[in-house]
Amino acid sequence: MMDLSHPQLAIIFASLTALSILVYAILDGYDLGVGICLSMSKEEWRDTEIASIGPFWDANETWLVLAVGLLLVAFPVAHSEILRVLYLPASLLLIALILRGVAFDFRAKVKPKNKIHWDICFKVGSILAAFSQGFMLGIYIMGLKYNIWSSLFAVFSGVCVIAAYALIGNTWLILKTSGELQKRAIQRSKQAGIVSFIGILTVCLVNPLVNANVLAVWTQLPMAYLYAAIPLLCFVMFALGYAVLKRLPLKNDSGAWLPFLMTSIVFVSCFVGLTLSFYPYVVPNTLTIYQAASAKSSLEIMLYGTLVVVPIIVMYTFIAYYAFRGKADTLRYY
Amino acid sequence: MMDVLLLSRIQFAANISFHILFPTITIALGWLLFYFKIRFDLSKHPVWMRAYRFWVKVFALTFALGVVSGITMSFQFGTNWPGFMETIGNIAGPLLAYEILTAFFLEATMLGIMLFGFNRVPAWAHTLATFLVALGTSMSAFWILALNSWMHTPAGFEMKDGVAHATDWLAIIFNPSFPYRLTHTLLSSALTVCFLVAGISAYRIYRGDNKKAPRLSLKTALFTAAILAPSQAFVGDLHGLNTLQHQPAKIAAMEGVWQTQKGAPLVLFSIPDAETKTHRFSIEIPKLASVILTHDPEGEIKGIDAFADAHPPVVPVFFSFRVMVGIGLVMIILAWWTSYSLLKNKRLSTTQLKLVMAMTFSGWLASLAGWYVTEIGRQPYLVTGVLRTADAVTTIAGENVALTLVAYLTIYAVLLVAYISTLLNLARKAVNVEEYDLKIPGVPETKAYSNPNVQRGAQL
Ligand code: HDD
Ligand code: HEM
Ligand code: HEM
Repeated sequence: MMDLSHPQLAIIFASLTALSILVYAILDGYDLGVGICLSMSKEEWRDTEIASIGPFWDANETWLVLAVGLLLVAFPVAHSEILRVLYLPASLLLIALILRGVAFDFRAKVKPKNKIHWDICFKVGSILAAFSQGFMLGIYIMGLKYNIWSSLFAVFSGVCVIAAYALIGNTWLILKTSGELQKRAIQRSKQAGIVSFIGILTVCLVNPLVNANVLAVWTQLPMAYLYAAIPLLCFVMFALGYAVLKRLPLKNDSGAWLPFLMTSIVFVSCFVGLTLSFYPYVVPNTLTIYQAASAKSSLEIMLYGTLVVVPIIVMYTFIAYYAFRGKADTLRYY
Repeated sequence: MMDVLLLSRIQFAANISFHILFPTITIALGWLLFYFKIRFDLSKHPVWMRAYRFWVKVFALTFALGVVSGITMSFQFGTNWPGFMETIGNIAGPLLAYEILTAFFLEATMLGIMLFGFNRVPAWAHTLATFLVALGTSMSAFWILALNSWMHTPAGFEMKDGVAHATDWLAIIFNPSFPYRLTHTLLSSALTVCFLVAGISAYRIYRGDNKKAPRLSLKTALFTAAILAPSQAFVGDLHGLNTLQHQPAKIAAMEGVWQTQKGAPLVLFSIPDAETKTHRFSIEIPKLASVILTHDPEGEIKGIDAFADAHPPVVPVFFSFRVMVGIGLVMIILAWWTSYSLLKNKRLSTTQLKLVMAMTFSGWLASLAGWYVTEIGRQPYLVTGVLRTADAVTTIAGENVALTLVAYLTIYAVLLVAYISTLLNLARKAVNVEEYDLKIPGVPETKAYSNPNVQRGAQL
């Protein structure tokens, strides 16, 4: 069996935690996005929109459980410190997730006249969940402190995350729907894209200004040349994405998957940029991953499990996506 | 300044009590659905599919509630009990991690296929997905109960600088109370589902539903309960003996034994008085507690007085235990009586139907009561002998905990009402909906199925 040192284990678990947050943001991002933009005007559209995420949302949310779980089990001190500061927005997130998670199922089972109430619940829950995630991200970037500026920034960041999720949600709908609904998703993707773009640009500028060591990371040569590729990739994807959206929909629906792919790349590059900014800290400027990691033997036993199980999870996740490939119009509850 | 310890305890208790309602149903209902599906695959008789289709809706709804309340739980350890993970994180962490990795992903992914995949994947794959969902929920119970049992009867670890370190993982997982707790909890889930299915089916029949599916479900549920209810009493008795060995203070509270005594009576009912450490108005059977617990009429049972201040509060443990056992006994009697009528007369009387209906949610009550016995009985410890609850509490401002507590309680109340009324609504609707034939892969679509009204009926 391999013999890893404690710092190596710490970095492995930090990467795993980061990876599951990223996967969560993309996967639950698109289903929250669909909720954020739920078409309140037409019931049929809502049915299709919700059908497009029906088989997936539960598994998507499990990545959040994994992310929080990994933080909890691998970096317990950091977990309590971060969540202590973020207690209220985290509680808001939980309540929002409760609302939307159940709305989803109730809407299909209650009396027809009550369906609309659960749809509203679903939409509001999705918006609140996205907002509180963005708010938490904002406070985290500002060094886990509350003051007037950090709160303003966090609110702004909350709005940006709503826009980013709306973007990925609509690109998902482009992939999963057709006709009028697809045209609407294309339109909305453009709008959400513009807001997201402005938001990401702002975070890129503010982050190095408030965190001295973030500035150091991004300006230290020679790595800075390499790192510069990350924002570049992100902004190229935005430009390309916009160009593609202008041409859609194409005949035979070709290229419908492009916007989703590009948005995912945007998410990945933003996320990699953020993690680079904060490494090696897990609680900004106070606690590094090496200080916060749990005991070696416990990390080891989890690592073996992870190495065996995660490939299996990835495999059956692909099977599920394959089983539900194609447009959602034909997808029926059961 | 509000008391953070008290608020955190109330909040944790409220959240886990809400959460456990739904796993208690999904764990066993998953297996019941698998059974219906297998019977359908083997016989191709549509009645099994109808039973499946009705209960899968209940399952989906229950599962969704279980998932969202579970996500809340996973944040709670860190937010409300930071001392918990800081002291025993090295033990709890891997167990929780294995639960997420081996159970949560499996059940969540396969659920998608189970609910939406009927026309998308081959029939065997759909049955397999149903099986994997059931397996996932049971694995989840396995891991979390391993952790919970370890908190009651810790083993396989050593303390270094006030932090627990694992020395033997098999001893940690299969700690002394785990086999009993796992069996007792799985049986409690099965019984809860038996009475839920029986109750809802009886309600449909009572409302004039003369289709075959509810009758079949009713029979399946009551016969199963007739076997499982006595088994549960037996397992519970063994569980109690195990507890006597490892947590005698809990037993003293359950039995209401204030002073250590030989030949202790079994207190059937009383009003225990914590001030004077006596019983008021008690109904007792002499020496029976000693007989049950030590198999000796003169056996000695340690009383509350033997544990100085390290004993749980007697009143809630004492009453919860009686609620659980009381419901357990009623379950045995009702299941046998109705099973007998079903075997002999092939039908139930209206009184019997009404009684079965009244017991629809009795499993919830018994399970909650059981958990209260177990968990309150562990106090003042969070981990027996290792960590006191008071030492694990958060430093979050009491006001914030109070605020979120109110929010959670409000939402839980609303959701509970919505859940129960939706169940009854589904049952009422099932009474009137025409039976429709399914699109069975390979068989041409029938007229009934393509009728839009029927489809709407099928969807709702
Ligand atoms: C005896 C069984 C049992 C017990 C005691 C608990 N759970 Fe649970 N939990 C389940 C049995 C279960 C389940 C059967 O696996 C659920 C319920 C319904 C469901 O959908 O899965 C679930 C869901 C569930 C989820 C969502 C999983 C998903 O995304 O699919 C989380 C995060 C938790 N639970 C966490 C907890 C925590 C932190 C608990 C303890 C404090 C806890 N549960 C007690
Ligand atoms: C699932 C059914 C469960 C129910 C209904 C339940 C109920 C309760 C209740 C009522 C308390 C409060 C006791 C008191 O403070 O007097 C409590 C405490 C606690 N339980 Fe459980 N519990 C359950 C399962 C679990 C599990 C599976 C775990 C952990 C793996 C757990 C961990 C705790 C912790 C950490 C506390 C500390 C808080 C406290 O003592 O107040 N519980 N539980
Ligand atoms: C009828 C006779 C029964 C007996 C003698 C019995 C006995 C017990 C005992 C002694 C405990 C406490 C375990 C501990 O020390 O922590 C317990 C817990 C529990 N009981 Fe029962 N029980 C009975 C019936 C039931 C029924 C009918 C249900 C539910 C349908 C149920 C559900 C539970 C649950 C969920 C727990 C908590 C989990 C655990 O510790 O196993 N019990 N039971």
